[in-house]
Amino acid sequence: GAGMFLRLQSSMRWRPTHPPRWSAWTCCRRSATSATEPHPIPLPAQAQVVICGGGITGTSVAYHLSKLGWKDIVLLEQGRLAAGTTRFCAGIVSAARPVAIELKMADYSNRLYEQLEQETGVTTGYMKTGSISLAQTQDRLISLKRIASSLNVMGIPCEIITPKQVAQLHPLINIHDLVGAMHVPGDALVSSPDVSLALATAASRNGRRFSLHLQNPLLHDRCLISRKEYIFLHEWAYELGLSGEEHVSIPVHACEHFYLLTYPLKEPLASSIPTIVDPDGRIYIRNWQGGILSGGFEKNPKPLFTEGRNQLEIQNLQEDWDHFEPLLSALLRRMPDLEALQIMQLVNCPETFTPDMRCIMGESPAVRGYFVLAGMNSAGISYGGGAGKYLAEWMVNGYPSENVWPLDLKRFGSLQSSRTFLRHRVMEVMPLICDLKVPRWDFQTGRQLRTSPLYDRLDAQGARWMEKHGFERVKYFVPPGKDLLDLDQSKTFYKPDWFDIVGSEVKCCKEAVCVIDMSSFTKFEISSTGDQALASLQYLFSNDLDVPVGHVVHTGMLNEQGGYENDCSVARLSKRSFFMISPTDQQVHCWSWLKNHLPSDSNLTMEDVTWKYTALNLIGPRAVDVLSELSYAPITPDHFPSLFCKEMSVGYANGIRVMSITHTGEPGFMLYIPIEYALHVYNEVMNMGQKYGIRNAGYYALRSLRIEKFFAFWGQDLDAFTTPMECGREFQVKLEKGMEFIGQEALLEQKQHGVYKRFTMFILEDHDTDMDLWPWWGEPIFRNGRYVGKTTSSAYSYTLERHVCLGFVQHFHEKTGEELVVTTDFINQGEYEIDIAGQRFQAKAKLYPFSSLFTQRRRKDEVELSGYQRE
Amino acid sequence: FYLTPPQVNSILKANEYSFKVPEFDGKNVSSVLGFDSNQLPANAPIEDRRSAATCLQTRGMLLGVFDGHAGCACAQAVSERLFYYIAVSLLPHETLLEIENAVESGRALLPILQWHKHPNDYFSKEASKLYFNSLRTYWQELIDLNSGETTDVKEALINAFKRLDNDISLEAQVGDPNSFLNYLVLRVAFSGATACVAHVDGVDLHVANTGDSRAMLGVQEEDGSWSAVNLSYDHNAQNEHEVERVKMEHPKSEEKSLVKQDRLLGLLMPFRAFGDVKFKWSIELQKRVVESGPDQLNDNEYTKFIPPNYHTPPYLTAEPEVIHHKLRPQDKFLVLATDGLWETMHRQDVARIVGEYLTGVHHQQPIAVGGYKVTLGQMHGLLTERRARISSVFEDQNAATHLIRHAVGNNEFGAVDHERLSKMLSLPEELARMYRDDITIIVVQFNSHVVGACQSEQ
Repeated sequence: GAGMFLRLQSSMRWRPTHPPRWSAWTCCRRSATSATEPHPIPLPAQAQVVICGGGITGTSVAYHLSKLGWKDIVLLEQGRLAAGTTRFCAGIVSAARPVAIELKMADYSNRLYEQLEQETGVTTGYMKTGSISLAQTQDRLISLKRIASSLNVMGIPCEIITPKQVAQLHPLINIHDLVGAMHVPGDALVSSPDVSLALATAASRNGRRFSLHLQNPLLHDRCLISRKEYIFLHEWAYELGLSGEEHVSIPVHACEHFYLLTYPLKEPLASSIPTIVDPDGRIYIRNWQGGILSGGFEKNPKPLFTEGRNQLEIQNLQEDWDHFEPLLSALLRRMPDLEALQIMQLVNCPETFTPDMRCIMGESPAVRGYFVLAGMNSAGISYGGGAGKYLAEWMVNGYPSENVWPLDLKRFGSLQSSRTFLRHRVMEVMPLICDLKVPRWDFQTGRQLRTSPLYDRLDAQGARWMEKHGFERVKYFVPPGKDLLDLDQSKTFYKPDWFDIVGSEVKCCKEAVCVIDMSSFTKFEISSTGDQALASLQYLFSNDLDVPVGHVVHTGMLNEQGGYENDCSVARLSKRSFFMISPTDQQVHCWSWLKNHLPSDSNLTMEDVTWKYTALNLIGPRAVDVLSELSYAPITPDHFPSLFCKEMSVGYANGIRVMSITHTGEPGFMLYIPIEYALHVYNEVMNMGQKYGIRNAGYYALRSLRIEKFFAFWGQDLDAFTTPMECGREFQVKLEKGMEFIGQEALLEQKQHGVYKRFTMFILEDHDTDMDLWPWWGEPIFRNGRYVGKTTSSAYSYTLERHVCLGFVQHFHEKTGEELVVTTDFINQGEYEIDIAGQRFQAKAKLYPFSSLFTQRRRKDEVELSGYQRE
Repeated sequence: FYLTPPQVNSILKANEYSFKVPEFDGKNVSSVLGFDSNQLPANAPIEDRRSAATCLQTRGMLLGVFDGHAGCACAQAVSERLFYYIAVSLLPHETLLEIENAVESGRALLPILQWHKHPNDYFSKEASKLYFNSLRTYWQELIDLNSGETTDVKEALINAFKRLDNDISLEAQVGDPNSFLNYLVLRVAFSGATACVAHVDGVDLHVANTGDSRAMLGVQEEDGSWSAVNLSYDHNAQNEHEVERVKMEHPKSEEKSLVKQDRLLGLLMPFRAFGDVKFKWSIELQKRVVESGPDQLNDNEYTKFIPPNYHTPPYLTAEPEVIHHKLRPQDKFLVLATDGLWETMHRQDVARIVGEYLTGVHHQQPIAVGGYKVTLGQMHGLLTERRARISSVFEDQNAATHLIRHAVGNNEFGAVDHERLSKMLSLPEELARMYRDDITIIVVQFNSHVVGACQSEQ
């Protein structure tokens, strides 16, 4: 490794601004499998970690691992260091990101790169130029204002400016079609290959045994190195995932990405000139050696390597001017004076994209110790530093210091790994980078993959669909004869056109009865020959599962820190078997968590039965009437109290699992129906329900109901950094029962010393539903004028006729910013405001739901009053 | 006032027709994939005609465009009749006998041609009996003449052209008891028509041309670019050989009066044509026929007018020049078009536009900056123009329509300019002919695989 490292340094001296051309002298590059050819430097027989991919992410992970004390790191790169997309990428570091975790990564990356030159002595080309994001429409300005709000509360300087101010900051811009812009002065430019070199240099200084090998990881025989961990970071992650003994699905797909380089202007651009992002024109423009570098994200991307190819082809991609024409037009429209500027090159540099526009990191659910960081969606430089840090923390500490669930590899399953799916989806994702993202937008491609058996029936009745984890779910039903705006026009930050439709569905749930198809939920059955199932589940779950057969328990599945890895309801089917219902996107994560934590006991079996059951939610005061007529069984609260589970017949169909929960706090039942009976039961329910005023409803109605009842749901409100104590669910924890479970100590600690954040419900006071911007999630919360946290979800409550936001309140010390314990008094004694795109609305904070909303109490002690929900 | 793009399209597409040769017709694989054809009128009514048919008793396909003048009667008659004359000329002796016997004994006739007609392409019902009798006389003579030799396509084409023109002339001289038919045959004979006909059979492509319509072969070069090969010679004043021929056929004394203002006898643009008996009959014959003819004919100044310097008729012939071409895999398509197209577009552009259309946009040569000095503005101009070209391709499902769109709407960059297209198409009837001529186009696409296979067989 030492020799390699020396070469690394010397090549840096030759060509400080260019990546070294190692491929020129490395003979083993494509012959790694051939035993007859000698490697210039033999691979070590063992290493603590092998990193495949020497781009920005690979070197960043190596850097952070070495910082965290790992010494024995092998980095494999098939081409040369900082090859692949890092070599070509535009080098813009910008914190202007809509997703909070991405924003944090970008902010960290920026601070890391800024001091990197000083730390390593390697020139990185770091230049703090700032960036200006332009808005051509009012809607775009709203989305920028939302980003500006989150940047400001994070302490990142940021300002919404007028077109005139834009002209002052950048002399070349045509401002006539602009309505405003966002200026982030801290954003920067770097030379990305140099940043990679600097990171590698620092890593090799920290790690005593850091070595770099030029070898195609795809061809590399893994037996060569016995290692503790593998990390794969690559545009080839998909292929690498498939190359091992055990397949790892990594859903990424490449698209061609073009940018233009020009010769310098007559009067070369100042190096401090800000980078321009014009999302409505789909382009970015930055200074490049006195000329410009401008690329973009076109509407009709060219997907690449769907069949899987090799690295060589990355270098041979052709310029495609005809394809670039719309972006060139946008550039000349934005900066008309550039007409006379001379072209140097049109660079074709592929970028990898993921199915949901967020990058992928974390440990593979299939192979332990196989970590992935891939799919940067063309923001590799912005995320590289932060993503490397989180992954290194994950490997060293077992979990990163922030909630990275939105980026976790386990949010995907093998269902997102079809090449056709990926090809179609990334063709939608790449343009989406510039598209306006309004609340509740849905992907249009890769749809109708998983559907309920009732899909066609519901569709014919006017269902409008959204997708979660590949599963089609109903948003709401458009009544016959009612015309909604078409897709493009219904995109709004204001009151949506389905407002009244969902309102009437909610009303029906409150007054009569509704059916919601909720088949997408993840369903596991866990059973054992003896009492192993109960014993192991008691350790994994925070609530007491040793309840009488036929009871349903709401419980968290916590990590050591007491945070929610999952939030589920578990029905005890028999002494030895349990039926577990979790959120839809828990399918991979929950399975892998259980696999890793359950003892390997052949008497203990676990089965994913998600596909076996169709789930119908019968919500409303008349649900009991419908069900009793269909089953000829007594369903009065005495016979069937809340939170019970019974197998019964519904119509002709026998063996329907009926549970007296609705996930909304409303009275009603969940029916778990073996799929072959689904249509029969649905028809029976709808026919019988007619006289009780039954109708179909969708998830938007469900959400309105559950949010006004202050029910939190996992993945949105709850995450691995939230404990039951912080969201008022102490009563769902068996702390008093003297049983050991994961997270117990952390919870005891919190019980003793208090919590540092508190889940709170806010009712917007002076918000005009018709005229004002609607809250979504991620809006900053202000207490007595000071920032205390962010909302996590929101909905309009048709009962309160007010918007309700849910979110976490923290308590920062006024001077030091230190986090303090949040008490009930602290919550209650504040004046609150919610910031929606820069406009603040007064809000009333509540720690408990309105008891007046629970008029129909069915069982005195055990109402579903729990702050429990999922979506 | 402008026509909207949909209005423009509905005008352009009104007469478009496409025929795809069925892949499995049970007999043999055709070297023709299919053809697209279209017409855009400038005269009202249009004087151009087109025909396409598959020969059923011999192999091969016939396609032709006919440009009428002094009315459309002659072009109409030629478009209905010429292919039958050609088909009959190509038939072997046995088949002719079989047909004659069938007619004789009143049995059903073997079908000779399968027509591929647009609904607007009509056949005259009234004249069919008359036309049939003339045709029957022709094949009876062929039976009598039985030479025993196999029919040469070139010869058959020449014979058919000459025979049809002769029949047109005779029918007008003889007249018909039916007054409608009598007037019809006279109108056919006194008007004129050029003809450009292609016969495709395997790799053998024959083009017989009379007049100034044109046949052009589209050839794709190895580098993917397109070039044009002429498969006909224009019979007009621009063709030296043709001028020479005409001069040879008449006494030296007439040399100066033969071609004036680039026209035959100062009157006629094409130097060869069907009909036009005013340039073929003697003065006496013309006078006799006109005088004994119906009043409508007598009242017509044009028919009564004798061309000046008319000393040694005939001055005009319908005899075609025939060019034989062996198809090669790089020969991708054939364009037959009346002079309305060739007046507005260079054949090289026609080859490129049709070639790019048929092969799809992606074959447009990619641009590479390379070492050239190009500014962003220049590149932008170039790309916008290329995009306009591409977007016009997507509008058309018919190569002939696409070509007409370019012929009428091209701006100085060779890109379709909607404004110009709209203006040209909204010209009032009386003005239209001043800005453009009738355009008729047939684009025949060849099957390179079949052509390649045939070639290697031979």
